Amino acid sequence: MKVAVLKGGTSMERVVSLSSAARVEDALKALGHEVVAIDAATDLIRRIKAERPAAAFIAMHGCDGENGTVQALLELLPIPYTGPGVAACMRCTDKALAKHELAAAGIATPDWTTLSDAGLRRLGAADAFEEIGSRFGFPLIVKPTTQGSSLGVNRVDGIEALASAVVAALSYGERALIESFAAGRELAISILDGQALPAVEALPKDGGSFDFEARYQLGATEYVCPATLSESAASACSSTALRAWNALGCDGFVRVDLVLTASGPEILEVNAVPGLTDTSLFPLATEAAGISFESFVERALDLALGAAGRRRAPST
Amino acid sequence: MKPRRHDDEEALPRHSARHRRPHATGRDIERYSGLFAARTRGMRSSAMRDLMEITARPEVISLAGGLPDTSTFPAASFAAQMTRIAQESSAEALQYGPTEGFEKTKDCVVEVMGAEGMAPDHEDIIITTGGQQAIDLVCKTLIDPGDLVIAEAPTYPGAIPVFCSYQAEVEQIEVDRDGMVVERLVERLDAHARKGRRPKFIYTVPTFQNPAGVTMSTDRRTALIELARERELLVVEDNPYGLIRFEGEAPPTLYSLDGGDFVLYLGTFSKILSPGIRLGWLCAPPPLMAKVVLGKQASDLCTSTLTQFFVHEYFRSDDWRDYVESVCSIYRERRDAMLDGLARYFPKQADWTTPQGGLFVWATLPDYIDTTDLLAKALRENVAFVPGAAAFLDGRGGNSMRLNFSAQTSEEIGEGIRRIGAVIGEQVSLFETITGEHPIAPASGEGSSGDEGGEVLPLRPR
Repeated sequence: MKVAVLKGGTSMERVVSLSSAARVEDALKALGHEVVAIDAATDLIRRIKAERPAAAFIAMHGCDGENGTVQALLELLPIPYTGPGVAACMRCTDKALAKHELAAAGIATPDWTTLSDAGLRRLGAADAFEEIGSRFGFPLIVKPTTQGSSLGVNRVDGIEALASAVVAALSYGERALIESFAAGRELAISILDGQALPAVEALPKDGGSFDFEARYQLGATEYVCPATLSESAASACSSTALRAWNALGCDGFVRVDLVLTASGPEILEVNAVPGLTDTSLFPLATEAAGISFESFVERALDLALGAAGRRRAPST
Repeated sequence: MKPRRHDDEEALPRHSARHRRPHATGRDIERYSGLFAARTRGMRSSAMRDLMEITARPEVISLAGGLPDTSTFPAASFAAQMTRIAQESSAEALQYGPTEGFEKTKDCVVEVMGAEGMAPDHEDIIITTGGQQAIDLVCKTLIDPGDLVIAEAPTYPGAIPVFCSYQAEVEQIEVDRDGMVVERLVERLDAHARKGRRPKFIYTVPTFQNPAGVTMSTDRRTALIELARERELLVVEDNPYGLIRFEGEAPPTLYSLDGGDFVLYLGTFSKILSPGIRLGWLCAPPPLMAKVVLGKQASDLCTSTLTQFFVHEYFRSDDWRDYVESVCSIYRERRDAMLDGLARYFPKQADWTTPQGGLFVWATLPDYIDTTDLLAKALRENVAFVPGAAAFLDGRGGNSMRLNFSAQTSEEIGEGIRRIGAVIGEQVSLFETITGEHPIAPASGEGSSGDEGGEVLPLRPR
């Protein structure tokens, strides 16, 4: 089968995307597929139309690859694709929207609000900083609503540092998410076709926070998979992650990041196109579940072909 | 569709298309990271590095690199030199050479150093694989884990990974428009001395500093050398840019002031000829040199014989000073374009240095702007710079940036600075909107020269 692997693009996570894609390409070749690797640029659609692949494996992290843009275009062609559909991608990528959906479904997520560039400039949103301080307390977290990596994420320890953290987050997009700081264990639950895989716990070796560097750097983070959790905690994490999967309308495969707090799991975000590099968490979970990377890739493709009927079909 | 086995790999014919080894599993990663030496802990990749990779997109005007412009080097001369080497010295040029480098290459080094008033003996010189290897060899020879190294704040970003990989403890001393603040250095040395500590060496780029673009004043140079002689401290003078001077009188090098007892001197052909030939050198006193040579032998046996022959041929047939002069006149025009752009497009709150030579301008923004975040925003406008944090190990520099003017045309530089100015303007106005601050603008930034390159600023919590 001819499979297009879509990768790269101009996202901040381009480099990670290229590593994810390299691994997927190798797996597809090992599985006997014909692989067309496409680095996303202005000729993306032209190239897909020329190649006419039977399916597309989306390995683009961040912006266009993860927010429904590529997915909507593939539905137009139409070409079956891996991972969640357009609407789920839009909900997952916009962390604020995802939190609204999760809260509406009764799923725990740290308390939050959003600030937009426009709100600050046109509506005097800064006059509500006092309320932000009293509602969320310190420390709180400020991050861009749509950035996949930890770029632009700041922990704010007092009101005096809030303005610069908001300016930082708004460097990456129109809106900033303000979130109360949830203390607890940082876990990632990978979900493949509605099945939760063993939890991965990321423990930074030098005691810092689980930042961008720790996330992608070999040797900086200790990964424990399956995480050492009591049976009840493990099942609470899995079932909460699955509820998030349902609430956001996901299919294919995603990674749910959560914090296990004293009062139970709270969802931080859902990654619609999780990293698949050698140091990424999703492949650790499949491996712990006894699923080889090749089997996972084949499964993701089968799901893409099976989901084709659920995507928005061209009207007849 | 069967899973790949190792036998399949081995069964591949040798001439088949290239194949990669299978990707690492979680167990592999654990196994490898268990093998890593402790020194690799200090070697960090970073989000910034990934951002820098994006700067390589062709549509991006990159003021980030430190690349000399090699486009005007006469191709005909290059071809003639290489042809003559092939015809006259093929066997020798393709052979290993002495670890210290060829005497005829050292003749060229003596000529270059002579142009800056220095006269080293051949025995004091070792030819290295670029100036970068000279930094590495100095560390390899002198640094044990935990040893103290003094550097400038900001310091050459490329020296940081070298210091880290030898597990040095680095203290950075502020730089102002007259270079490293020697009075501050004395204070810090005294404080360390009270705890019984001495630095293994003091690393400085005194002329047209990378990244700050500033030059250490003659008074400071004299003071530093007096200090070094009095306290018997080693100073490592890294001088890649000294001859790339556009105007002004050149101060004496530290090496010439000291005579080579306490100053180790690092030079390179990268900026005056070509970085691609990877030729640099180190001057060190004999007892040190003996160890450096052993270290170099362990690293790579010898520096490229072929490029050493090339430099020798080039120096024999052409006047290298003419080329340096032509490069200087190109860079001078580009520096002017950058300074014009900065005065025109950067907000009043910004400050920057006015280099009289070299490759870089260092700009400092209000402390609420993080230039790593700013770079993400700038990249959307297809322009790039080096965030200041890259020049510090201690978290400072978050609101500064290094701007290179050697690698782009004046037009591109002007446009690049305009775009960066626009994104800074957006940040400044947003911050002022949030805080309600409307600070009185300082006098026109025209020709302003920053002395805040080393200002201590708290690291915003991340």
